[in-house]
Amino acid sequence: MLQVVAGAVSLGLLWAVMTIGVYITYRILDVADLTVEGSIVLGAAIAAKMISSGMNPVIGVALAFVGGMAAGLVTGLLHTKLKIPALLSGILTMIALYSVNLRVMGKANISLLRMETVYTFFTDLGLESVYAVMVVGFICVAALVCILYWFFGTEIGCSIRATGNNPQMVRAQGVNTDNTIIIGLIISNGLVAMSGALIAQSQGFADVQMGIGSIVIGLASVIIGEVLFGKNQFFLRLTSLVLGAITYRIIIAFVLKLGMPANDLKLFTAITVAIALSTPRIKASFNQYRKTKKEAKKVA
Amino acid sequence: MLKINEITKTFNVGTVNEKTALRNVSLSIEEGEFITVIGGNGSGKSTLLNCVAGVYSVDEGSIIIDNTDVTNVTEHKRAAVLGRVFQDPMLGTAANMGIEENLALALRRGQRRGLKWGISNKEREMYRNLLKPLGLGLEDRLSTKVGLLSGGQRQALTLLMSTLKKPKLLLLDEHTAALDPKTAATVLEISDRIVRENKLTTLMVTHNMRDAIEHGTRLIMMYEGEIVLDIRGEEKSKLSVEDLLAQFERVRGEKFTSDRALLS
Repeated sequence: MLQVVAGAVSLGLLWAVMTIGVYITYRILDVADLTVEGSIVLGAAIAAKMISSGMNPVIGVALAFVGGMAAGLVTGLLHTKLKIPALLSGILTMIALYSVNLRVMGKANISLLRMETVYTFFTDLGLESVYAVMVVGFICVAALVCILYWFFGTEIGCSIRATGNNPQMVRAQGVNTDNTIIIGLIISNGLVAMSGALIAQSQGFADVQMGIGSIVIGLASVIIGEVLFGKNQFFLRLTSLVLGAITYRIIIAFVLKLGMPANDLKLFTAITVAIALSTPRIKASFNQYRKTKKEAKKVA
Repeated sequence: MLKINEITKTFNVGTVNEKTALRNVSLSIEEGEFITVIGGNGSGKSTLLNCVAGVYSVDEGSIIIDNTDVTNVTEHKRAAVLGRVFQDPMLGTAANMGIEENLALALRRGQRRGLKWGISNKEREMYRNLLKPLGLGLEDRLSTKVGLLSGGQRQALTLLMSTLKKPKLLLLDEHTAALDPKTAATVLEISDRIVRENKLTTLMVTHNMRDAIEHGTRLIMMYEGEIVLDIRGEEKSKLSVEDLLAQFERVRGEKFTSDRALLS
């Protein structure tokens, strides 16, 4: 039991990095960016390739981050300069990345078993691998939350936040909204790729298919975080995302433990997200229905 | 100060919805003038303002602000010298951000934004002092999200934001049209005061004749994409709504007969 929860928490911390990336586009910039399905694999691919050719895993993760940033830049340029709708720009980059990822890896799957990863340092100290992942994940997430809290409080960060809110006003205040959107997409996809690099090392392989459905997992984590731990203050909101990602993993672990076939997982996640996204709407129309019924009774 | 030279703007060129919003419009504004622009729906008054602001590019003609040709300058670059308030109270502010954060964004209009902290404690004190005279109690709610404010409060805040860094030209685009009469009067009063205190050159679009007469130093009427009336000075101060209506009818009649002449 403890093992299941520990596994879920460690995995959740790695996915939290990705969740923060999704939050930046989905909530702060107000675009649903599908690039992440490709950039998470790109990160895994770059790290796996580097590590398997003997490079330092930390450098591998750093390069993964840079690769993800490049992917975000492409989507950003497609969207802002060529005026392709955000959703479609993301899809185009995602599809293109599938080929890019195969090129990076040279094959569909790279195994990282018995290779030196970012977790090796801690397992060498005698930690069980699941706790090594937890420590690394926690360090990454804590650092990121602090850095992003600072960044979104700066002048540039404020204009990025305002862009997602009201681009017209931001332009009237002399900010080029093309740039703020591009910066947001770059940071977001860098984080997603970094998350991919960390996940690949913890699961022991990178696979060209591993990104499928990742955007939905990211959204599910964002929403769970907001619903369960949501707070108004920005720092707490960032931490709520981390808790959301972990909670999602714990839920999934339990559902699997209860005997749901692993193949149904994506269906389960998609339905959960659909329900969560439509809840405010359903609630509103339910209240409306109750109100009209009450009034009808009064008239009668 | 502002020179508009024969600008023309046509929307949806080549389709059944083709509409020429501005025809050869020329206008010259002196420093310190407060111009009210009046006209019916589709007369081109908002398009004129948006062309000056750079939201739309013009098809022909040029726009010169303070001896700089800005005809091909993008909206966000022009913003460095322009203050803008929109018709929709939602458009001037970022709803999910605090009052102080919105003001801080406006204070840096036209400046390079870097990695400095987005708002400083010294600024907060300044914002409090600037919000107080609005009389809306906003000075004690600096961190309140703007989305929680009423339309009038948001519009007053937008006004303050647009003039926080003194603009060369203030553009007010029917900024009281979406407010109830009482709030509209308050916001207009605040506009008047801010324009007066900062000696701002102002272009205010309105479709309320009384407002157009009572405010500003010069009045322009637009009809079907052209400036048909330009009244200033003493003549403007003596103007009544009846005069304006009569003038408008006369202009419309002339246009109508000239159209008929064209058709026959």
